[in-house]
Order: sequence, then C-alpha cells, then structure tokens
Amino acid sequence: MYEGIVQELIDEFGRLPGIGPKSAQRIAFHILQTETFDVSRLAELLTELREKVHFCEICGNVAEQQTCSICRDPRRTPTLICVVEEAKDVVAIERTREFRGLYHVLGGAISPIDGIGPDELRIRQLLQRLADGTVQEVIIATDPNLEGEATATYLSRLLQTLEIRVTRLASGLPVGGDLEYADEVTLGRAFEGRTIVSN
Amino acid sequence: MVPLYRDEAVVIRTTKLGEADRIVTMLTKQHGKVRAVAKGVRRTASKFGARLEPFMVADVQLYEGRSLDIITQAETLGAYGADIVADYPSYTAANAIVETAERLTDAEPQLQQYLLLVGALRSLARGDHDAALVLDAYLLRALSLAGWAPSFFDCSRCQKPGPHSHAVVQLGGVVCDECAPSGSPRLDADTLGLLSALLTGDWDLADESPEDVRRRASGVTAAYTQWHLERGLRSLAHLDRKQLTT
Ligand SMILES: [Zn+2]
Ligand SMILES: [Zn+2]
Repeated sequence: MYEGIVQELIDEFGRLPGIGPKSAQRIAFHILQTETFDVSRLAELLTELREKVHFCEICGNVAEQQTCSICRDPRRTPTLICVVEEAKDVVAIERTREFRGLYHVLGGAISPIDGIGPDELRIRQLLQRLADGTVQEVIIATDPNLEGEATATYLSRLLQTLEIRVTRLASGLPVGGDLEYADEVTLGRAFEGRTIVSN
Repeated sequence: MVPLYRDEAVVIRTTKLGEADRIVTMLTKQHGKVRAVAKGVRRTASKFGARLEPFMVADVQLYEGRSLDIITQAETLGAYGADIVADYPSYTAANAIVETAERLTDAEPQLQQYLLLVGALRSLARGDHDAALVLDAYLLRALSLAGWAPSFFDCSRCQKPGPHSHAVVQLGGVVCDECAPSGSPRLDADTLGLLSALLTGDWDLADESPEDVRRRASGVTAAYTQWHLERGLRSLAHLDRKQLTT
C-alpha cells in the first residue's frame, strides 16, 4: 500500500476493466515518473468524454451529437441494417469497407445467467426502426460465440414475422471468439457470404 | 513437480478477463466446481475454439495456479452448445440449469450432480423433450441431491401416505390435512402427478401432459427452487416457453 494520492490513483485504475492491481500500479508510476506525460490533456479528454460523447439516438453507436456520423451520412444505404453487440464491432466492420448500410448496436448479448434478457438490450428500438418499411434486410452480426449465436436465434425468430430479409454473417468466422478480433479479410468475406435466415 | 491434473468438465459460465482471456467456471466429474483461466480464448485463432463455451462437456487438462487454475488443453466430449442455442427456449432453460448447478456445488466432488447436469444438457441438445420439462425435472432432482427432496404424494411433514392436495413449498411439497396450515393452497391431481413424474423420471407421462398442467408444475418448481436457493436465480426471470409464443 502506498500513501494518499498514489494509492487512490492505483485504486481508480484498478477499477477499470482488464486492469489488474499490477497494471494499475505500473500506469500510476509511469505517469508519476514521465515528466513529458500530458496530464492535463488526459484530464480534459476524460471530462469532454463525459460531457460531449453520447450514444446515437437512432443506432446506439457512440456519437458527439444526437446522432452518429454514420446515421447522418446520406451516402449510406438506408435499406440495410447490420445488428452488432457493441460499438467496437462497428469499428471492426467499418475497417473491412465491405458494408455501406446502417448499424444497430444492441448493447450486449442475451445472457440470462448474467441477468441480461431481450428487454435489457436495444431490441425494442430495432423494431421501431423497422416499422416504417424502409429497411429491406437485417444482417445479424453478433459475436460468433455462444451468447452471440443465442441472440441471433432470438432475433431471427422475432423478425421472421416481418416482411424483411434476415441474414447472418457466414459461418467462416472461427467460433468461440469476439468479432473485434476477426481480421478484415475474414470479416469482409463473412459479409459477402452471409446466409439467409428468413426471407 | 508440476501440479497437473485432468478431468471431465461441464462449462457452467465464462467471464471475460483482460484483453482476450476468459475465466471458465466448470463442474468437473472428480474435482467439484473449478474456476480456471483459458488464455487467449477470445481471439479468433484460439486453439480452444468453442470447446470452452457454456454447456460444452470437455476433457480438460489444468495446472494449479496460485489463485486460479490454468487450462492447458481441452477436447470436446459433448458439443451441446450449438444445438442448444439454435432453439431459444432451450437456451434459456440451459441457463437456468447451469446457474442452479453453480449454486448447488462447491469444490467437493459431486459425481451425481455432474451426471445429472450432463444428462440435462444432452437432453436439451437432442430435443428429447420440451425444454421446460427438462428444466423442471433437473431442478427437482438437483435439489433432491442437495438434500431437499420434495414430496408430491405422501405428506412431507409426517409422511402420512398420500395422495394429499395441500401444497406448501416451504414445507417441502404436499402436506396432509392435519399438517396443512390454514389457508394452504391446493393443487390438482394432474399437476401433482406431473411433478412426481418429473422427480422420478417418468417421461412417458411428462411428455403427454397438457400445457396448462406444465405451467402450473413449473410455477411450483420455480417457487420450490427459489425457496431453497436463498438468492433467486437470475435466469428464471428470462425463461422462454415455446408454447406461449406459437
Ligand atoms: Zn447512429
Ligand atoms: Zn402430515
């Protein structure tokens, strides 16, 4: 245990996801020892993040306005919606340059054991977006792991009753992993070879 | 000497750890409930693939770590995950099953609980029976193994031979007229018959039961489960019954 500010900072870093006590200590000492480290810039960014960055009212992606830059872009195809778990999946798919439609970020995957059912995700908002008949295809791009597949099963069953084509990313994606770790080529191919769930 | 060990295990739950690892909670055949780290499992090129996902049964090799054990190898024995997630009601039932297994077991070896869990997941994957029935049969039997066997025929307080119709989950099932507190709810013979069938494994009777009877039996089973597992099961709130939606 260190005293005062140093320990408090280590405790704060340690609360962040993926950072254990050792990493927290390393980061705190790095900042302490590196005079050129711009502390006020980091503090400013954190404050700005809290004040200015929100989730897009339409798709749930990160946005600095009411809506995100993808939803505001008139060149995107409004008839196509790709459903993903997290905003970081939008980044992964954008890197492939294979997809020119819009997104819908669910905010996670269905996992009852963790207390997450359909009502805890942005599924109601998805149905609202599909209500006016503009969208002709929904591509389900949840993670290729168990919870992602279960979420895809649920969505397929839910959307079956609507007059919309539902597709799932091709099964070429290795199972068990997170979508964000798929390389661009594999992910791009998965888009091209997506399979029809219901038509 | 490297403290290596090998066992058969059902994956109960996984939680993300750091950049690409997961903590895998398993019920093993010989070592009870084990929490271990699977390194790099979230990377798409992981050697583990889907072998360490929930509902999978695997032959695992681990070495003892200081706080958590580390999984070094995993070979699939029962690949139940894919079939279970392909049917949403089965997925929600499987969640309640593994959550119950997690709550009823500890580091002590519990072979009977292990076999019951594998059997329930295999049955869901094969679609042998309605998912809700598989869940209810599992819950009643898992609680029985844990020392809380209910009775749906003889009085659960004084053992007076049944049938009885007062059902009080807090007293362990049905109770006779003398043992029943005033105002005890009554259950119909069909529902009690189904509950007994699920407890004893009479699948012919269970498979034939009508939906309204199944729903009443599920209500009793859920109440009995929640009563014994102090903190409620989170998964039970998210159960999805096929019959209700089609
Ligand atoms: Zn948006
Ligand atoms: Zn009695």
